[in-house]
Amino acid sequence: PGAAKPNAPWPGPQEAFLVLDQAEQFFKSSHTNNWAVLVCTSRFWFNYRHVANTLSVYRSVKRLGIPDSHIVLMLADDMACNPRNPKPATVFSHKNMELNVYGDDVEVDYRSYEVTVENFLRVLTGRIPPSTPRSKRLLSDDRSNILIYMTGHGGNGFLKFQDSEEITNVELADAFEQMWQKRRYNELLFIIDTCQGASMYERFYSPNIMALASSQVGEDSLSHQPDLGIGVHLMDRYTFYVLEFLEEIHPASQTNMNDLFQVCPKSLCVSTPGHRTDLFQRDPQNVLITDFFGSVRKVEITAETISLDPNLTAFESKPPKEELAAEPLKYAEQLPVAQIIHQKPKQKDWHPPGGFILGLWALIIMVFFKTYGIKHMKHIF
Amino acid sequence: ELLLSPLPAGGIAATFQFRTRWDAAPGRVSHYRLFPKALGQLVAARGVRELHLALTQGFWRTRIWGQPPLQAPAGAELWVWFQDTVADVDKAWKELSNILSGIFCASLNFIDSTNSVTPTASFKPLGLANGTDHRLLRYAVLPREVVCTENLTPWKKLLPCGSKAGLAVLLKAERLFHSSYHSQAVHIRPICRDASCQAVSWELRQTLTVVFENFSGTQGKKDWSLFKMFSRTITEACPLASQSKIYVDTSVKDKELVEVTPSPTSLHEAIVQGEKRTYAVYDLLSPSLFNTSRSLNVQLKMTWPQDSCYIHYQPAQDRRRPHLLEMLIQLPANSVTKITIQFERALLKWTEYPPDPNHGFYFLPPSGALVPSVIAMKELDMEQSPLFTSL
Repeated sequence: PGAAKPNAPWPGPQEAFLVLDQAEQFFKSSHTNNWAVLVCTSRFWFNYRHVANTLSVYRSVKRLGIPDSHIVLMLADDMACNPRNPKPATVFSHKNMELNVYGDDVEVDYRSYEVTVENFLRVLTGRIPPSTPRSKRLLSDDRSNILIYMTGHGGNGFLKFQDSEEITNVELADAFEQMWQKRRYNELLFIIDTCQGASMYERFYSPNIMALASSQVGEDSLSHQPDLGIGVHLMDRYTFYVLEFLEEIHPASQTNMNDLFQVCPKSLCVSTPGHRTDLFQRDPQNVLITDFFGSVRKVEITAETISLDPNLTAFESKPPKEELAAEPLKYAEQLPVAQIIHQKPKQKDWHPPGGFILGLWALIIMVFFKTYGIKHMKHIF
Repeated sequence: ELLLSPLPAGGIAATFQFRTRWDAAPGRVSHYRLFPKALGQLVAARGVRELHLALTQGFWRTRIWGQPPLQAPAGAELWVWFQDTVADVDKAWKELSNILSGIFCASLNFIDSTNSVTPTASFKPLGLANGTDHRLLRYAVLPREVVCTENLTPWKKLLPCGSKAGLAVLLKAERLFHSSYHSQAVHIRPICRDASCQAVSWELRQTLTVVFENFSGTQGKKDWSLFKMFSRTITEACPLASQSKIYVDTSVKDKELVEVTPSPTSLHEAIVQGEKRTYAVYDLLSPSLFNTSRSLNVQLKMTWPQDSCYIHYQPAQDRRRPHLLEMLIQLPANSVTKITIQFERALLKWTEYPPDPNHGFYFLPPSGALVPSVIAMKELDMEQSPLFTSL
């Protein structure tokens, strides 16, 4: 739109401003792609709610447009097909089993033992072994807006991974700084739902990060409601109310971040949710929810028509002529008993004798020569 | 194809098999049509000659269910034959397990030298092979691997019609994982393109076996239907399929009668694992199948021939009335039939003891009447015939 036609005179100042204005509109949020890294760090059946938290955010983010190829989902344990789950292949977020957040087309990228602090930091910083498949990588660039959601058990300054290791707020802050220096994000939204969650964003120092947490230092984040049929708590309060809020959002929503900060006041959440915006360049008032939870879909509508020629003949190139085998190929025999029992066993690779054996022989030779004298050496060699 | 076999102890095993054939010369590939590109690249660029990956949850109870249709250990099992152009087999193996972990959302990247072996005599190639140098074979098992929806989703996406049409519409995770056994596998191997076997084609075979045991309704009836098992019915065959069939094992034992609805397109007999079996075949591509109704729901009912059978039992009440048991049953010939009844002894009051309690108690003997001759007799004979006719 507004582009100069080939044979028309150059656009005048009026038209130039129009073009600039439209271009500004086009790039208002200055990001061109969206990514999401969703991490559940808890193992064991009674931490069902953490998996349900993460999957609910996964569902919302998918619904608002981020595709699976741009989501890195890490679940530290399997709840859906857990033998203790009375309804296999389901994870519910509401009691009375209303909403199955596991669904039919979930793709978990890191699961079970793969969810470790090391793998999480490697995903963030991009320092990943070369043979890692694409679905396990965060292939973001300097125009990516990234949503990072973490949930599990945490304390003052740390988050526990799988009951066996922790990540500290310092490590997390340094990882974000590495991302900034490697130009791996444009803007980053960090949400954490754990006890004392605000401690995790205290140490951030890289620009363009906005953070939300479910509770302040010294406070616990509480779970929402148990389901008597499944026998565990299904979700945490903060994420539950964030989700209720996100249900109202659709891909064209204009709701901004200030509304997200109001979600879950102390009366509902019992803990006091916190947020941090000092590192963020834009005013939260101007930041749309869909800047992080949705996906950029820049669509250009053109009024030109292109006519397709219905008389085009299909052009098929002949496949290159294959060489046929001289004699017919055959399948391998499955149980060639005679051949198997007459196989020579593989020669073991020769290793030089180990240190102990060498030492023993050296001792024996020394004793021999001590006893019988050097002059006997010529008899040996 | 879908094979439905009722199991001896009352469950039912459903085995799906999807085969995609790709006519391409190894090494010279650029056109993928129905063969999924993700797997095709393994063959074309990663030096894979044969690949077998199975993800299994549960345990096949051979003693109760018989031989499994396809063997697979619980967890993840991967064995691969590499092409002889591969120089460093261990490196290729490690890279392959990483690639597969991304495709199938499974932790196959944990496969390394600590859990891989090179079998020397077993796991011969199942496809065309020009000599078998076992150095090109690797095998690994991850017993702790969980199988869930995230493994089924990419498996379904490899099918030409996905899970939108054909037999794959039945594959819904909520029903498949609520089962006693679930095993899904992917097999790639080179096969003969035709009878002369001078050219090579690649075959992708995806199999899924599931055993349902928990739907036997009232009175342990062995009735089932596609809808009861999968909570779905089939509405059309996959338009890209050249063949789409359902086989229902209707072989029966003893005097059971089997009734399948709707009526099958044809019947097929085969000898499977040493036994002769009959199969009812539903050909989804034949136009007659979807004539009467838009959806296909195969149902099986088992009935036994109606024997006349009557039992009347009136339990005893202490000091008031005795037990009464009347039975009308047909006894099979040349056999022994035992009827047992359990009872409890009550304590007597001291005034009820007879003078000689050391005798014990007398039971009322059952008065049975084996009456073949009476039934066979005509009424007139009862009046006039001699004594021997009433014996």
